[in-house]
Amino acid sequence: MSAGPTQGLHRTLARSSSPLADPSEQRALLALTTSRAALRVDFAAALTEAGHGPLAARSVEVLQVNLGRRCNQTCAHCHVDAGPERTETMSHEVAEHCIELLRQSDIGTLDLTGGAPELSPEFEFLVREATALGRRVIDRCNLTVLEAKPMAGLIDFLADHGVEVIASLPHYRELNTDRQRGEGVFERSISALRRLNERGYGRDPRLRLQLVTNPVGAFLPPDQAVLEREWKVELERRHGVVFDHLFTLTNMPIGRYLEWLERTDNLAGYLARLAGAFQAETLHGLMCRTTLSVGWDGRLYDCDFNQMLALELAPGEPRHIREVLRSEVARRPIVTGAHCFGCTAGRGSSCGGQLT
Amino acid sequence: MKTYYDPNDLARFHAIADHAPELGQHFFAWYRAVFGEGALTAREKSLIALGVAHAVQCPYCIDAYTKDTLERGCDVEQLTEVVHVAAAIKGGAALVHGIQMRKVADQASMA
Repeated sequence: MSAGPTQGLHRTLARSSSPLADPSEQRALLALTTSRAALRVDFAAALTEAGHGPLAARSVEVLQVNLGRRCNQTCAHCHVDAGPERTETMSHEVAEHCIELLRQSDIGTLDLTGGAPELSPEFEFLVREATALGRRVIDRCNLTVLEAKPMAGLIDFLADHGVEVIASLPHYRELNTDRQRGEGVFERSISALRRLNERGYGRDPRLRLQLVTNPVGAFLPPDQAVLEREWKVELERRHGVVFDHLFTLTNMPIGRYLEWLERTDNLAGYLARLAGAFQAETLHGLMCRTTLSVGWDGRLYDCDFNQMLALELAPGEPRHIREVLRSEVARRPIVTGAHCFGCTAGRGSSCGGQLT
Repeated sequence: MKTYYDPNDLARFHAIADHAPELGQHFFAWYRAVFGEGALTAREKSLIALGVAHAVQCPYCIDAYTKDTLERGCDVEQLTEVVHVAAAIKGGAALVHGIQMRKVADQASMA
């Protein structure tokens, strides 16, 4: 990455007046880059060549709710372009619609993301209501939010409700983490992990603690199983931290990561790398096939990446959470684009990590 | 030809089999087998390849194995240590021949 080891907070695209703050500009840049004939980055063609029809959903097992763009961090690779000054956040009305959908369906999992979802006023409401309905709840946590003073009781709240914590940490060494996430993030992340461990996370089988790592640069993630073995040894040896599983995620060419790829002349090469690593075996497990993604304003998407590119559900499908019942969207066609190669490259990538 | 080395040529490596297909097939099959998991892990082999790439100063190999080792979870500190291993062996190889020089010099000189 171009960021040096002493770099502080990165800036949002919105604050730096980048044209790429607009999702339609991101789609245009991807389209322009992939239109170069030599690149062969055509997702629909890749499906056809693999003898696979257009992608469609199988069911809705996960309701992934993005509570807003606000975050206490400004990570270099953020596809959401989240940051402290972003103000988009979910209303109570939309949060109630989400719970109503859970109540009227057997969707098993509520997956909360953002921004930092914990900063939303609706976070606790969603956790309380979903756990009261007996649903599994996931908090996609950046760790440092747990260290913020106003969030002092958050770890107890998560533990009391049996919320599964999926936490981001690029590396078990400081340099690699701070380059991606900002100066001082590593130290606070380790402190949060220790406190989670003290409360039983990663030790008590009812309190699951998963770690997520993205590559710090324009390359694919390593083999998840190999990396998990190494991380378990090194995090415990260096920092006394234990966890359940490590998920490796491929960086999506969206948001600030897209801007970085473009600025550093990595975009065409990275898209070609993703497309060249296409594996048909990943298609069955793609998260879009069992997930419904809801934006902070209640709009509906096939996944959080489509959400950030403002690619709503296919024409004819419902637009808003208040319109949806599970049966209406369970077998919907999936809206795809060049960015989808991010989930099908190599061993595949999803919010639950590697696919094959 | 404007330059001897072009990064795009790496992706055309397979074309080396055009005029000797059987030899090309043998080479690429053997190459794949060499880098598979074995008594050494694929990651260990990739790190060794990166070191050798520097020793033989092959820009294609440096490009390929820098990315490959990163994708296998290595970081730039580890990659830098690999380069030092390669450099130490190359430097040491030059230096140890100084003993040869001393033997010749001792032989040719009056005590």
